[in-house]
Amino acid sequence: MQKLRSIAELERLRSRILRRRNGTKKYVSVCGGTGCHAYKCQDVASALEGEIRRQDMGSRVELKVTGCHGFCERGPLVVIYPEETFYQRVSPADAVEIVSRTVGKGEVIERLLYVDPQKNRVARSEAEVPFYRKQQRIVFGKNGLIDPTNIEDYIAMGGYTALPKALFEMDPEGIIEEIKESGLRGRGGAGFPTYQKWQTCRSAPSRDGVRYVICNADEGDPGAYMDRSLLEGNPHAILEGMIIGARAIDAHDGYVYVRMEYPLAVKNLGVALDQARQYGLLGQNILGSGFDFDIKISRGGGAFICGESTALMASLEGHIGEPRQKHIHTALKGLYGRPTNLNNVETWANVPVIISRGAKWYSKIGTEGSKGTKIFSLVGKVHNTGLVEVPMGITLREMVYDIGGGMRNGKKLKAIQTGGPSGGCIPESLIDLPVDFDELTKAGSMMGSGGMIVMDEGTCMVDMARYFTKFLTEESCGKCVPCREGLDRMLDMLTDITEGRGSEGDLDLLEELGGVIKEASLCGLGGTAPNPLLSTIRYFRDEYEAHVVHKHCPAGVCKALITYSVDEAKCTGCRVCARECPEGAISGEKKKLHVIDPAKCIKCGLCRDLCKFDAILVSWERWEYD
Amino acid sequence: MIELTIDGTKVRAAPGTTVLEAAREMGIVIPTLCYYPGLSSYGECRVCLVEMVKGRGRSSLEASCALPVEQGQVILTSSAKVKKARRVVVELLLASCPSSKTLQCMASNMGINQVRFKIKPRECILCGRCVRYCKEQMRSGGIGFTGRGTARRVTTAFGHTPEECRNCGGCQWICPVCERACTADSLVNGLCGGCQNLAHVETCEICTGCSESVGAHGHTVY
Ligand SMILES: Cc1cc2nc3c(=O)[nH]c(=O)nc-3n(C[C@H](O)[C@H](O)[C@H](O)COP(=O)(O)O)c2cc1C
Ligand code: SF4
Ligand code: SF4
Ligand code: FES
Repeated sequence: MQKLRSIAELERLRSRILRRRNGTKKYVSVCGGTGCHAYKCQDVASALEGEIRRQDMGSRVELKVTGCHGFCERGPLVVIYPEETFYQRVSPADAVEIVSRTVGKGEVIERLLYVDPQKNRVARSEAEVPFYRKQQRIVFGKNGLIDPTNIEDYIAMGGYTALPKALFEMDPEGIIEEIKESGLRGRGGAGFPTYQKWQTCRSAPSRDGVRYVICNADEGDPGAYMDRSLLEGNPHAILEGMIIGARAIDAHDGYVYVRMEYPLAVKNLGVALDQARQYGLLGQNILGSGFDFDIKISRGGGAFICGESTALMASLEGHIGEPRQKHIHTALKGLYGRPTNLNNVETWANVPVIISRGAKWYSKIGTEGSKGTKIFSLVGKVHNTGLVEVPMGITLREMVYDIGGGMRNGKKLKAIQTGGPSGGCIPESLIDLPVDFDELTKAGSMMGSGGMIVMDEGTCMVDMARYFTKFLTEESCGKCVPCREGLDRMLDMLTDITEGRGSEGDLDLLEELGGVIKEASLCGLGGTAPNPLLSTIRYFRDEYEAHVVHKHCPAGVCKALITYSVDEAKCTGCRVCARECPEGAISGEKKKLHVIDPAKCIKCGLCRDLCKFDAILVSWERWEYD
Repeated sequence: MIELTIDGTKVRAAPGTTVLEAAREMGIVIPTLCYYPGLSSYGECRVCLVEMVKGRGRSSLEASCALPVEQGQVILTSSAKVKKARRVVVELLLASCPSSKTLQCMASNMGINQVRFKIKPRECILCGRCVRYCKEQMRSGGIGFTGRGTARRVTTAFGHTPEECRNCGGCQWICPVCERACTADSLVNGLCGGCQNLAHVETCEICTGCSESVGAHGHTVY
């Protein structure tokens, strides 16, 4: 491949690719995302490949292994284009039929279709699946359509159209102005206006004119994988965004800081970088514009704290990944003391969309203060889980009931945890809250990187707060006192409460401590770490009081606070529980009342699950507030 | 020169000065621990917190030892918010290092009469004075930090006296824990009680109680 030296050459290449692929040809897209990998999508892909060859369909259909489609729970996913026939839970054995019937004759295989469990309605295409219906996938949508290791796929889908615009039709100020008008705010957590950072960085003095742009792909939140899926599935979108950003800021060196645990992301990114260089989209004199820019990959050690901007830059420089005082912003003095602009993966991926479709169009999506879309990782007790991209301002209700398909097992919704480990809990009563940066913050939570965990009545909020506090205590770098010592003591107190050792006054002290950690810590980890605690005390104080005052866990989760017993009225003496109890804690004769020995019971709850007569009671069911 | 307001008084300071230095110049007492004149600022202990007013009813707490003065800045050094945060921070410090006399005196001056958190003595507050002294003053770098979170420790490489060490003893001399160990026999609620009742506290010759941080026994020079 010869380097492209002008827009004309790029456009000629684009039409050549499109012509070669003539639009009528079908293609079968197999999701190769992380979730589907776990379901062995590679086997499905190779079975399909084999079948295409065996049935001699190579000229009529093309097979593509793409990035994550989002609906990971239903994997492996296979979509046949152009009809968009959507198959889920596909196994290698289905390959014969898919190729002969769907590809060959255009028939739909009913058993592979998705059935909406709520309405019992069959969905034929992706668009008919309720999980996708309310989404607006302007950033994430290409993931399912392109092979991330083939730059021509991205170009065929209209990729690299924003770049020439930014290089030849706009000046750097114009690019920044466009981003400003779009209202784009950082997707890495804090929601800082992107244009402002770019502007500061561009105008910051640098002793030798060197400036850097960095892509933050540390993604340390447990359960979050949107950045990973973008990197794996559509790396060129991020590169294109970074090149445009670099041009706006006048930077010539870029880094992608990606965590070690993401080998596929690193691999696909590496391939994308090589291809972009080959095509003259990276390196010297990009598309003949005279602008030079290149990107290196830096692999982080995987510490959560390394996602924090100053720690990330310290780590990039080869020092210990530890935050420093940020009174001098990294946009002024960052990597190697030069002005540095750091943005999140998703923020970068939004940039080409804004430049090619225009700020006017973009800013129509979303709310007053939060424009565009956001990718969430929706998990927990809903029917449909996975990665979803929704317009800002969508309500929690729509997230849970429309996209999520409602609560599982007929249980009641209790709360929604947003923003990753240091986010907060939003109670069911605020279900109509629009999801945007400011509303979530007002409710005591945050957007964070976009984690969203739906919890039902079986979740204990104290235990939940303890769980996240534990994670954050372990991830604290230990540099400053409020976070290091404060979180540790907070965890001690929460553990005591969940184990029945809470005492009067604990809640006030926890709130005081939480408030101080939040305000007095050096970096954003300590600055947000008390959120799980503070938001749950705010909305579920009575649940805390039940633990502290009455030594009782209303959700029946905290093991130290519950006991199991047998309901005399319901027990039939069927012996099932006694047979299965791993500790032999249940005794009783056939057809007679059974008893649980509390000294032996480890509170695993197995008997409760097994009893067909609902005769196993947990203490809280007999318990009433006085 | 940069003009800013500290506790309602307009002051001028040279660019590059920290708020701590500017305030101390005015005679305002701000306690510090990890800060040491001549060493780079580190921002670990957070006892030097001040309130930076941002307008529209918003403000934030900042470590004054690392906060550069800025034109038009408005700083409060002993607002209720500051005092509350400093007290919790000192309580936390005492909970991890009750044997430091420096800390006990500080607690006494703030009127802290109980440490409400679990005491887990570690004999080091991880202020990094020793580490920075070794690196910045002795140009040696024989000691450093390892570990994360509460497992963080100051050590030498492989636990041996490193080759770079010049046996200057500076690390020990500069340590706010080793420097003045609390000699009280037993601690009550994490406090030695000695400072509160008996300890001699340095005060200005004629103490006018000019600062809000005057404790039970006058005005400490930190
Ligand atoms: C403890 C901590 C962890 C963070 N982890 C990440 C991360 O994994 N990915 C990320 O993009 N931003 C992370 N951030 C936010 C970054 O510091 C920074 O604000 C962000 O990358 C800026 O990009 P944006 O403006 O595009 O959001 C983290 C912040 C903190 C305090
Ligand atoms: S807030 Fe926590 S993570 Fe941040 S510097 Fe302090 S100890 Fe380290
Ligand atoms: S040994 Fe002393 S000087 Fe060094 S970090 Fe610990 S408390 Fe600070
Ligand atoms: S003296 Fe300022 S943070 Fe320690």
